[in-house]
Amino acid sequence: MKHTLAVLVENSPGVLARVAGLFSRRGFNIESLTVGRTESNDVSRMTIVVEGDDRLIEQVSKQLHKLIDIIKISDISEDEYVDRDLVMIKVTADPSQRVEIMQMAGVFRARVVDLGRKTMTLECTGNEGKINAFEESLRPYGIKELVRTGKVAMLRGSKFSSTNGAHTADSKEG
Amino acid sequence: MEMTVAEALIRCLENEKVEVVFGYPGGAMLPVYDALYHSTKIKHVLVRHEQGAVHAADGYARVTKRVGVCMATSGPGATNLVTGIANAYMDSIPVVIFTGQVATALIGTDAFQEVDITGITMPITKHNYLVKDPHKFPAIVRNAFHIAATGRPGPVLIDIPRDIADAKIDFKYPKTVHLRGYKPTYRGHPNKIQEIARLIKESKRPLIYAGGGILSSNAEQELLQLAETISAPVTNTFMGLASFPGNHPLFLGMLGLHGTRYANLAVTECDLLIGIGARFDDRVTMNINAFAPNATVIHIDIDPAEIGKIVATHVPLVGDVKTILAALLPLLEPTDRSEWAARIADLKEQFPLTYIRDGRLKPQFVIEQLCAQTHGEALVVTDVGQHQMWVAQYYRFQRPGTLVSSGGLGTMGFGLPAAVGSQMGRPQQQTILVTGDGSFQMTMQELGTMMEQGLPIKIFILNNSVLGMVRQIQEFYYQARYMAVNFKFHPDFAALARAYSIPGYTVQTEEELQKVLPEVLATPGPALVNCLTPADENVTPMVMAGKGIHEAIEC
Repeated sequence: MKHTLAVLVENSPGVLARVAGLFSRRGFNIESLTVGRTESNDVSRMTIVVEGDDRLIEQVSKQLHKLIDIIKISDISEDEYVDRDLVMIKVTADPSQRVEIMQMAGVFRARVVDLGRKTMTLECTGNEGKINAFEESLRPYGIKELVRTGKVAMLRGSKFSSTNGAHTADSKEG
Repeated sequence: MEMTVAEALIRCLENEKVEVVFGYPGGAMLPVYDALYHSTKIKHVLVRHEQGAVHAADGYARVTKRVGVCMATSGPGATNLVTGIANAYMDSIPVVIFTGQVATALIGTDAFQEVDITGITMPITKHNYLVKDPHKFPAIVRNAFHIAATGRPGPVLIDIPRDIADAKIDFKYPKTVHLRGYKPTYRGHPNKIQEIARLIKESKRPLIYAGGGILSSNAEQELLQLAETISAPVTNTFMGLASFPGNHPLFLGMLGLHGTRYANLAVTECDLLIGIGARFDDRVTMNINAFAPNATVIHIDIDPAEIGKIVATHVPLVGDVKTILAALLPLLEPTDRSEWAARIADLKEQFPLTYIRDGRLKPQFVIEQLCAQTHGEALVVTDVGQHQMWVAQYYRFQRPGTLVSSGGLGTMGFGLPAAVGSQMGRPQQQTILVTGDGSFQMTMQELGTMMEQGLPIKIFILNNSVLGMVRQIQEFYYQARYMAVNFKFHPDFAALARAYSIPGYTVQTEEELQKVLPEVLATPGPALVNCLTPADENVTPMVMAGKGIHEAIEC
């Protein structure tokens, strides 16, 4: 099963290397990893998607906890959450095909962000399933280039996973 | 007060009550060494190779229960520390390491003696720092000492670029540590402690499996009290040796690959396994499916990541071993378990630890004699290999924390420099280094350090002219195809000792050893005894790969 971990880390140099290094040397596979700053300047948030059984995820969490720069880890896949992934796809598109592609993009609420002589670049945001479907629908036209951000995720409702306390079910103090 | 970072480093060490620093200078560290020149409180021990500095700091930390400190310059100085850092990491030893680095502007340019030591040591330190802002330096050192010594201890490295070392700061040593991502758990959950007390009460055949966590938590007294209260036999991991009196009737010796047969069989037969400060290492459990098959498993450890890593635990309990045992003891009633005690006595009688005496000088005999003559009270430092296992089996440690050895990493060459650090940490205690002819030659240059510091270490080389442990493995697993294990040339180790002004002896019979030993141990000052032992002696009992620990063989 895929688990989505929200990991709050000190915004210090080397923290990404520490996390990535830990995954590789302990033999854990990262499905995707995104990182960016949070509401506090000195805290970054990683969203890490890991495939594995409960025992593996427990080890991943515990080993991550041991890193001094890691402030808090929440396995948010145990709760209701919203997740988003952004993709940009450059497809082969003769002028005759453009309208068709744009209609298709409309179904996915994707946007055209660039036009070339024989290509179109589209941007689409959504959860993993939607992004996969969008990619499949463009494949017949010929995908020349594709880039995805990887998943970012957040708990639904009033629950939250931040350094502001509150949701501490899986915090280090626990 | 305004001063340079290098000067601040010395002030930080003074604030941490550091008395000894093991190190080796070099270009990038010169500002620090210049600051050391002006310090009257800190003694610097010049080693002969940086690996010696970190092993010495490691040995010092083990025997003093304080943070060991070492330093080296950038580049090769730093890389020479790597083995020792990994060693301290694997055995959870608190060491703070300072390395020099090229100037900030040169970092990343492949400058002379530049190496990314924080990158290299990331997987083998508990934490590390590259100092970029000189004003943060005092807080970094404060944090480093705190991280190294608390929770599950370990090494912490601080890399200081040359220009940072010269930068001026307003020095103030922080009183408190602020690390929001680091809050070790010390107190065990009260409900779990109750549950453990209940399980102990219900158990007919409880067994305590105690590791190095007993020593790092100073819980030797609590362990003894626990064992005696509930009449449970105690087996030690290699790292746990010298945490329980070796002559105690409840003591089973070491378990695992080269453990005693009675310890291994008791583990197999017990109905409650109380794991304390141990991590179910593969050399302990061997075939994991056959390990303690009849037991409910309790696992007490300060590191949550160790719990459930190898075996499924019925009762996990995270916290400091000493604190937890102190909370557990009042809940227990003295219990007499005569049936279990009789079974243990029976196992000890049926499967004693033995070796064959055939007139030659057997290594086991040397250790037995050392133990007898020192009443099991010496501080024993070892290297890695067969001699190490014979010490584990035949030296009956009576005093807490008197074994200094490389357990997790198995670092040949650890012995001599660790003995230097150990003897400096406990100047009054008789310190014996038991080493092998292979291990000794990896770091024997530290004889110079030992003599410079005037250390009265007694060195015993169990010299069989072969890499014994590898030879043994080749005999059992590679049909005795001995490859690259026989030394066809050795120096005369006794003469080598004399070249360092150390009295040197060579013995090759039991009588010769018995004649030399009392004199060597009674005479103040250092000595080296080259013990010529048979090359074909194997460490037994031995559990073959893939087998359960109850299936050990003897030969």
